[in-house]
Amino acid sequence: MSSRTARLQPSRPWPAMPNRTTIAAWCFLAPSLIVLAVFVFWPIVYSFDLSLHKWKFSADAQEWAGFANYARMWRDARFWNALGNTVYYTAFTVPLGVALPLALALALNRAIPFRALLRSAFFLPVIASFAIVALAWRFMLDPDIGLLAYWLSFLGMPHVSPLRDPNLAMPAVIIASLWKNLGFNMVIYLAGLQAIPIVLYEAARIDGANSFQQFWNVTWPQLRTTNIFVLVISIIGAFQVFDPAFVMTPGGGPLFSTETLVTYIYRQGITNLNLSYAASIGIFLFAVVFLLTLAQLRITRSWED
Amino acid sequence: MADVLDGAGPGAKPTTLFTTVTLVVLGLLALAVVFPFIWMLFTSLKPESEIATFPPQLLPHRWTFENYENVWTRIPFARLFLNSILFAGGVTIVSLLLDSMAAYALARLQFRGRNVIFVLILVALMLPFQVMFVPLFVTVHDLHMLDSYSGLIVPRATNAFGIFMLRQFFVTLPKELDEAARIDGCGEFGIYWRIILPLSGPAIATLAVFHFMYNWNDFLWPLLITSSMEMRTLPAGLALFVGSHVVEYGVVMAGAVLALLPLLVAFVFAQRTFIQGIAMSGIKG
Repeated sequence: MSSRTARLQPSRPWPAMPNRTTIAAWCFLAPSLIVLAVFVFWPIVYSFDLSLHKWKFSADAQEWAGFANYARMWRDARFWNALGNTVYYTAFTVPLGVALPLALALALNRAIPFRALLRSAFFLPVIASFAIVALAWRFMLDPDIGLLAYWLSFLGMPHVSPLRDPNLAMPAVIIASLWKNLGFNMVIYLAGLQAIPIVLYEAARIDGANSFQQFWNVTWPQLRTTNIFVLVISIIGAFQVFDPAFVMTPGGGPLFSTETLVTYIYRQGITNLNLSYAASIGIFLFAVVFLLTLAQLRITRSWED
Repeated sequence: MADVLDGAGPGAKPTTLFTTVTLVVLGLLALAVVFPFIWMLFTSLKPESEIATFPPQLLPHRWTFENYENVWTRIPFARLFLNSILFAGGVTIVSLLLDSMAAYALARLQFRGRNVIFVLILVALMLPFQVMFVPLFVTVHDLHMLDSYSGLIVPRATNAFGIFMLRQFFVTLPKELDEAARIDGCGEFGIYWRIILPLSGPAIATLAVFHFMYNWNDFLWPLLITSSMEMRTLPAGLALFVGSHVVEYGVVMAGAVLALLPLLVAFVFAQRTFIQGIAMSGIKG
């Protein structure tokens, strides 16, 4: 391509009029670049600006706040509560949300009857809107009319009302999330399993390896990239959880026990219009996600070497 | 990815007993996973009086379609549905156009600043929406686009992930195609529109599924941008309806079933494209 351009266009002293290809390229890019500039890059810059001011809608000049918003986070018990809840949510959804789909993928990668049907069943929640199925979970767990709450009473939990109990609300949100995302990670693992060359298994069998040895010496090391991918996606996703917590337990749940970082940002920024404070928490979350992404790049690179 | 839903894996032929046990365990698990959907369907077919009785039953005693009749009047369901179609459909069409145009420039054209732009796209790809929705809300407010279709659609008119994904696909197409077309006097837009796009059917279809499903199901963005019930989409509208009104569970569940139906039907008929589109959304994060 470059040689062609060079051939057609005799070299001119720089700066020159941009050639036709360059003009065409910028025309193709312009609409996307404008949208990204206004609705992605500007908001990021703007959030730093917001976080350093005491921002009010319809004020002519915004009052400078320095790092007061960040200091406020340090003293804000509800921020620490939201961070703790997010870590709690992550600590359960990530390990279970990786192990269960891996087990399912391993089982469903074998030649068993009804395989396609079973895979589709596990995949079904993935295509549904979380906000809508979270409503269903809310009804099923209703102590007065919910079938699931009624069945729990047979398991020695009479009159249980999980979404109104500070100790049970977050576990309920976690279970709903696991249910929703099970099929997603399963599909990623199935793709990873199917990418493993069959010759590796044939060689292992010739060497007399049993099923467990085949898993440990062929499958597991071959799934390395898939494992990292699923783990990182799951952790970053878990830190940004919003839909199930917000819909299943509106208002932050009993004693704010299901308030996560993102639902807290929403509450502070959009409900209470504390835009500057919400922006500061957003930047905190951004830093966390950035560090996680960086760690992932580090790990992937060191594994590739 | 092609056979994710029905490919046989390697491994020794399992014994009959082992297969039976695995099958029973998997079958019970699958039933548990599908159960909330079954419950939604049966609840939507019950009269309200049965839904509110204790102890609750799974199956309706008297089967009825009255919830499906009432859903249009008790909640502004037609409007919510229309909004979802306009929002998800609009974003899909506009974003496919803009994504593919930008991807064409990045993949097939040689120009100064190309690498810088590509790095910018990758950076945009990694900036999570959840950390910046408050300043974004202020930006949309300042542009006087809150609670409008333009406010819903324009900020989503392009997608860094879509650009990246199509760019990766476009670079795999042979360079000779463009060269031949250029010699025949075809302009850049002609090459993009008449050569590159028609050759990218599967990639475009996968991205279309991804865009449509992501936006059809999205909750936080419509919740943020819209404030009147007339502008809400299905997920935000149904969730807020339950939050603010005396709840008629049957009606809401009928609405939920109808909201899930389009994607369910699409999934049954285009499973493969669906799976690919969804596997992609993971890459986006």
